[in-house]
Parts: sequence; C-alpha cells; structure tokens
Amino acid sequence: MVLSKLTGRWFAAMAGIISMLFMSVAKAEYELNMTEGVTPISQNLYDLHMIVFWICVVVGVAVFAVMAWSIFFHRKSRGAKASNFHESTTVEIIWTIAPLLILIAVAIPATSTLLDLEDAKTNADINLQVTGIQWKWKYNFVDENVEFISSLAQSSRDVIKDPLGNENYLLEVDEPLVLPINKKIRFLFTSNDVIHSWWVPALAIKQDSVPGFINDSWAIIEEVGTYRGQCAELCGKGHGFMPIVVEAVTQADYEKWLDGKKAQAAAVAAAAEQEWSMEDLIAKGETVYNANCAACHGATGAGIPGVFPALAGSPTATGDVAEHINTVVNGRTGTAMSAFKTQLSDVDLAAVITFERNSFGNSVGDMVQPSAITRAR
Amino acid sequence: MTTATTHDNHDDHGPGYGLSRWITTTNHKDIGTLYLWFAFIMLLTGGSFAMVIRAELFQPGLQFVEPQFFNQMTTMHGLIMVFGAIMPAFVGLANWLLPMMIGAPDMALPRMNNWSFWILPFAFTMLLSTLFMEGGAPAFGWTFYAPLSTTFAPDSTDFFIFGVHLMGISSVMGAINVIATILNMRAPGMTLMKMPLFVWTWLITAYLLLAVMPVLAGAVTMMLTDRHFGTSFFDAAGGGDPVMFQHIFWFFGHPEVYIMILPAFGIISAIIPTFARKPLFGYSSMVYATASIAILSFMVWGHHMFTTGMPVAGELFFMYATILVSIPTGVKIFNWVTTMWRGSMSFETPMLFALGFIVMFTIGGLSGLMLGVAPVDTQYHDTYFVVAHFHYVLVTGALYSIIAAFYYWVPKWTGHMYSETLGKIHFWWSTIAVNVLFFPQHFLGLAGMPRRIPDYALQFAEFNMISSIGGFAFGLAQLFFLFIIIKTIKGGKKATDIVWEGATGLEFEALPSPAPYHSFNTPPEVK
Repeated sequence: MVLSKLTGRWFAAMAGIISMLFMSVAKAEYELNMTEGVTPISQNLYDLHMIVFWICVVVGVAVFAVMAWSIFFHRKSRGAKASNFHESTTVEIIWTIAPLLILIAVAIPATSTLLDLEDAKTNADINLQVTGIQWKWKYNFVDENVEFISSLAQSSRDVIKDPLGNENYLLEVDEPLVLPINKKIRFLFTSNDVIHSWWVPALAIKQDSVPGFINDSWAIIEEVGTYRGQCAELCGKGHGFMPIVVEAVTQADYEKWLDGKKAQAAAVAAAAEQEWSMEDLIAKGETVYNANCAACHGATGAGIPGVFPALAGSPTATGDVAEHINTVVNGRTGTAMSAFKTQLSDVDLAAVITFERNSFGNSVGDMVQPSAITRAR
Repeated sequence: MTTATTHDNHDDHGPGYGLSRWITTTNHKDIGTLYLWFAFIMLLTGGSFAMVIRAELFQPGLQFVEPQFFNQMTTMHGLIMVFGAIMPAFVGLANWLLPMMIGAPDMALPRMNNWSFWILPFAFTMLLSTLFMEGGAPAFGWTFYAPLSTTFAPDSTDFFIFGVHLMGISSVMGAINVIATILNMRAPGMTLMKMPLFVWTWLITAYLLLAVMPVLAGAVTMMLTDRHFGTSFFDAAGGGDPVMFQHIFWFFGHPEVYIMILPAFGIISAIIPTFARKPLFGYSSMVYATASIAILSFMVWGHHMFTTGMPVAGELFFMYATILVSIPTGVKIFNWVTTMWRGSMSFETPMLFALGFIVMFTIGGLSGLMLGVAPVDTQYHDTYFVVAHFHYVLVTGALYSIIAAFYYWVPKWTGHMYSETLGKIHFWWSTIAVNVLFFPQHFLGLAGMPRRIPDYALQFAEFNMISSIGGFAFGLAQLFFLFIIIKTIKGGKKATDIVWEGATGLEFEALPSPAPYHSFNTPPEVK
C-alpha cells in the first residue's frame, strides 16, 4: 500500500520533470518563479527580480560558452597546442569595469524600489499590529479595538501523518486576517517570545517580528482574493506550522467583518460574567488546551523531558490554584512559558486551567470561574 | 662526527609506530592526514543528518521524525559540515601542502599543530553527545539566533557553547601556524609574489580566521552569561537587543563563508593551468582579487539581515557593498576561463572536479548577486532559494575543490595513482546527483517554501521528492569516494615524480612521489 503510494509519487515526480522539459515552463502546478503579487511593490520586486535574473543568465551563458568552446576546440586530444599568453593589465581592467557598469545599472532601480518599500509611515489608512507568538499570529487593529489570534487550522492538524489530498495543507488558519483592498495598510511587527518573520509573498512583505522591538512594513492590496504565507524565521518546533491567511475584500465587506468581530468580542466578555459549570469548563478547556498548550506540554500532558515540563502530576497543576492561575496568566519569566493573558480570554483561561487540574490523571476537583481570572489580571 | 651534528641530521626521524604515532606526531603530513580523515568522518556524519532531513522531506506530512528532532538535524548538519568537515579539510590540505609548496621541512609550530588537531575530536564528541541528552541537541539552526538559543534553548546548549569555544581555539592556533610558516619558512628566492596561489589564499584565510574566530567566541560567551549569569545582552526585557546577536554573529559569519571558499580558489588556480598546460592568465590580479574579497567580507554582514528592520541607509550600504563582491569574484572566474582559452586541455578527474567547480560555483555566485539586491532579498530571504545558493557555493564550490585537491595531490602523497575510471564515475555520479538535489530548490524557494521547516504544503511536493532522490544519490556517491580513497592508499599504479604532464610547483618539480617524511631538509633554490 505504502509502496504503491510511493511508486505513484515517483511517477508523479518523473512526470513533473518531463513536463518541465517538454511543456511550457509556466505551468501553474509546478510553480517555478516568484509570484507577481497583488501590490504595487510586489510588481516592482518581480520586475527587478526578472532584470537581475536575466543579467545573471546572460553573464552565465557567456562564461559557459567560452568555457565550452575551449573544452571542445582547445583540447589536447584534438591536437591543440597550448599558447603561452598571460598577464594583461588592459584585459583585467576591462573585466573589472564592465561588471561595475552592469552593477550600477542594477543598483539604480534597486535603490528606488528599496526606498519605496521602506516608506511605511506616510499616509497609512489602517494600522495593524502583528505579534508573533510561538506558534501563531496575533492581529490587533489598533484604531478599531479589534484583536484576535490566528493559528493553524484543525483540518491541517488532523492529517499531519498523511496530508495527501488535503487542500491548503499547512496553509489554512482558524481565523484569517481580513483586509480591505486599495487602502494603505501599515503593519507593525513585534513578538512575544522569539524572533518570527511574517511572510506573505503576494503582498511582498517579509519582516521579522522581534521581541521588544517594532518593525514596520506596508501594502496596498489591489485585488480581492485569498493570499497565503508562512513564518519565515526559525522559531522553534512549531516553525513550520504557523501559516498566515490574508483575505482581501472590498471596504464594505471589511466593515461588515469588523462589526462581526466586535460583536464576537462583546459576547466573549459577557460569557466571562456568567457562572460556568464544571463540565462546560472542562469541555471548552480541552479545545483551548489542544490549540494553545499541547504543542509544548503534549496532548497527554507529558511534556518533553528536559525542555517542556509535564502537566500530569505537576506541582503547579495539582497544587495551589492561585499559583496555577498566576503561571498561566502571567507566564514564567526566563522560560518558554509565555503570559497567556495577552492571548486568551478570561473564559478560555478559566476553562483551560480547570481542564489541566482535572485531566491527565490530575484530579484536584476544583474549578476556576472566569471572574477569578478577571481579578488575577 | 660529533653528537651535535648528528642531531642536526633529521633523516632518521621517520614516523613512529602504532597508535602513539598519531597521538604524538608533530609531522605536518601525519597531522594533515589526521585532519583529512577527521573531515571525512564528519562529512559522513553531517551527511547522514542531511539524509534524515531529505527523508522527512521526501513527501508531505510527518513520517519519520518529530519537528523538534528535525530542527536538531538541521542544526547539527550545518555545524558539523561548516566546522567539522569543510574547515578541517582545508586545514588538512594546508598541512600537507604548504611546507611542500614553499620549500620548508615542516610547519613552523609543530607541537601547536598537534594540539590544534587533537582538540577537534573532543570538541565534536561533546557537540554530538548533545543528541543523547535529555531535551535533545541544540535545535536553533547553525546560526543560533537569540533568544531561541538563550531563553528558549535546551540545557545541552552549554555543551554546544563549550564545543564552539574549543573549535575556535583550534582554528586560531591553526591560523597562527599557517601565518608563521608562510612568512618565515619560504625557500630562498620565493618572494611573496612568487608563492603558489594556494599559499596566498591560505595566508589571507588565516588572517580572516584570526580576525573573526574571537568574535564568535564573544558571541557564544554572551549567550552563556545571558543563560546563566543574569546578563541581558540579547534580551530586550533587560535592555538588550536580539538583533545585536545577529550583527555579532554575521560579523563573524560572513568572513567565515569566505574562509571556506578562498582556499578553494587557490586549489582551482593550481589545477586549471596544469591541465590546460598553460600558465594562469593573471597571477597578480588573482592575488589582488583574493585580498579585495577578504577586505569586502568585513563590510557585508548586514546582507543576512535585510528583514530585521535595519534603517534604509544601512540596507543601501550593505546592498552596494555586497554586489561589489561580485567584481573580484568575477575577475577570478574570467581568469580561469581565459587560462583555458587556447590551452591544450585534458580531462583527468581533478580537472573534471575543477571545471565542475567553476560552472556550479558561478551558478551559486550569480544567485548570490540576486540575493545581494536588498529589495528582492526580502522575497528570497530564509527560503529554499537561499538554501540552494549556499549549497551551490559550499558543496559544488568548497567541497568540490577539496575533492579535486585530493585527486590532484594524492599521487604525490601516496605515490599511487588513483583509478581514472573510478574517479570519472565519481565525478559524473556526484555532479548529476548534486544538481538533481539542489537545482530544484531554487524553484521551491521562489515559489514560497521557507527553509528549516519539517513539513510543507502540497504544491512543493514534486520538487522536494526530486531533491531528496538527488540527495540520496549524492550521499551514496561519497561512500563510493571512500572506497576510492582506501583503494588508492592501499595501492595503484606508481606515480611519477612530476605526476601530471603540465604540473608546476616545488611539490611536483623538486620532490619525489611519495614525498619524503620531512619535505625539504635543505631548502630548494627558487629562481
């Protein structure tokens, strides 16, 4: 079974090579080149990329042609006699100056594109703060008071052992970022823990998010559509599993989406004021745990010895509830345990703490209400 | 004869016997051999990690290893190949060749030479032992960016730090030895501008090593104090800056990549004239180009950091400085090509590897030019395009030159010719495989695949599978190389003293094959 599947992939790969050789190289399934993107900058970058690429091709072909000529015609087996010419200052100067002129020709458009690329500050319509968190992204529309976290979709997590046929595998999120077209969006990047890098090729943005610092970039998206990207800077074991999905929509749809997000936030706030039952908290806690905690502490709470502590039988998860709340809400400085108050709602926090105290063989039996989290913040 | 004069006669000091010969040796050839075998063992070790990486990436989904272990593999692969395989192999070649090329009996500082080698097995044993520790080996990439390598790193990181310190001490001692040997022990008449280019490139490389290995030592020491002694060099919460780590690392790291390629330029500059039977076109411009590359190497580190939020003036400076590197590099390639022009070429295995070097190093150099253009680098950065680029310059560049050097000088070392048929099979097998391995990675990078990911989206599946197949084939080819090495050491057609029809240089013209244990007891006359 596995063998036949492997053989199938092998044939697919061979077919890929053959189609590359004999068919149009622009064939969509086998993307060979950089995307042209949907922003003015991405188009400029694509053009610049193609200019430099063709210069490289011309230089390469010229060098290899001279080499090939010598290899073919100036070979001993054809009776070639070696000449003895060497050292010519004139020639050395020519092949120093000529490349220099080519480089200047490259540097001029490169400089103007770079200046454009770095002009994030002027006339921004929307300010969006993007925070990298191991291993998800937090988006904060600072002018709208809308904030949410976007992480790898469950549909991708479910098929990680055998993803064939899963459309957008590893490129799907639970909550996509929605942005309006034809507006200048200024992105402000920072990080909660290690360095991440927010990369969406079609938007021509790749910018590191650095803990303690803010970097910026910008985009004007010109076409409605869904654009996917990934984290580009190694950020730990989940580095390959924190995709980005941007849905570019019209201004009207964007406003509708914002209103929905605000209503959602109000509902979450209202939920925090209610008393929750043990069953509801544990059920919700399990979902929250799998999305936020399982990456380090493991699906069974076993952790990874020497790196991430186990929760099963841990002194924190079975001890004083106040200390447990404090650890989850405020994190542990100097370790990978981050402060989840910036990432989760009161209900989520209460649920996940209750879940941890009453799962993996832990049976403390107490529960934490959202109101306790509100007080602990 | 008095006792004093017999002592001056070193002819009777042959190699020692058994294991103690290798542990106590101060002979440049023995130490060169140790370095080369060590490098080969590390090549296979680092290569086996690469096989794990390519096996996991053979198809989408997680089949063989967990992401954390995958990251340990990419980290160890990089560290072992850079510090364990390529650098020691060049030091081994320097040990074997420098005294023979400049007409000296041995290296200038033989006891330090012994020590600088014997540090390495301990350093790498320590580094590799982290794979068996609780929490696993370092998993933050060979570039070990903070804070992933400080606050968020496994406990074994301290072993890594100590290992890097040891490697640094070894490299610095090796560099001092090279400089002392070249500056003090040249035969009468061998002025600096008559030295073979391999000697020149190694002299410049040694200065680069002296300049930057202490910087690396500083970086890992700051990591250590951040981890254990409450400092905050790289922690913004304590007033430090994670990006400063990258500045320090790449101030070491960029000269480091030239440390791994300049000696290669020297090797190719020896091989091409021999098999073209024509002198190198521009000797002095090759020397100046090497020196220019070395000086520029200190001014371009920022091109690894175009996405870190550098001010635009900094980006412009590093872009201009970086694309300037292509000028002296171009001068080198043009000189090699012009040397071939109207020569009388033959294509023995060393020449094949040297020609392979020129073609594929040029491909890597041109993609390097593309990467140097700052605005587009924001799209290439941290993708498989970069992976393809640096493997073209390090595998088909540095490693190919080392293999070429082996085939070129092994008859002089052992007195035996290698099998030409097997050598040619090795070349074609490696060259086809390595291009199947790395060429598709350009496409993967441009299409949007980030590097250092254990699993990928489905549109990257075909090229990854092709790349993996190339990887396995390339790995096997180097096991075949091991067979050729052993076969050549054990026996083979007797090599003549000149070895190659067009060979020049003291090692071929003034020494028999195999070369005597102490290369030159009386210095040769250089005209």
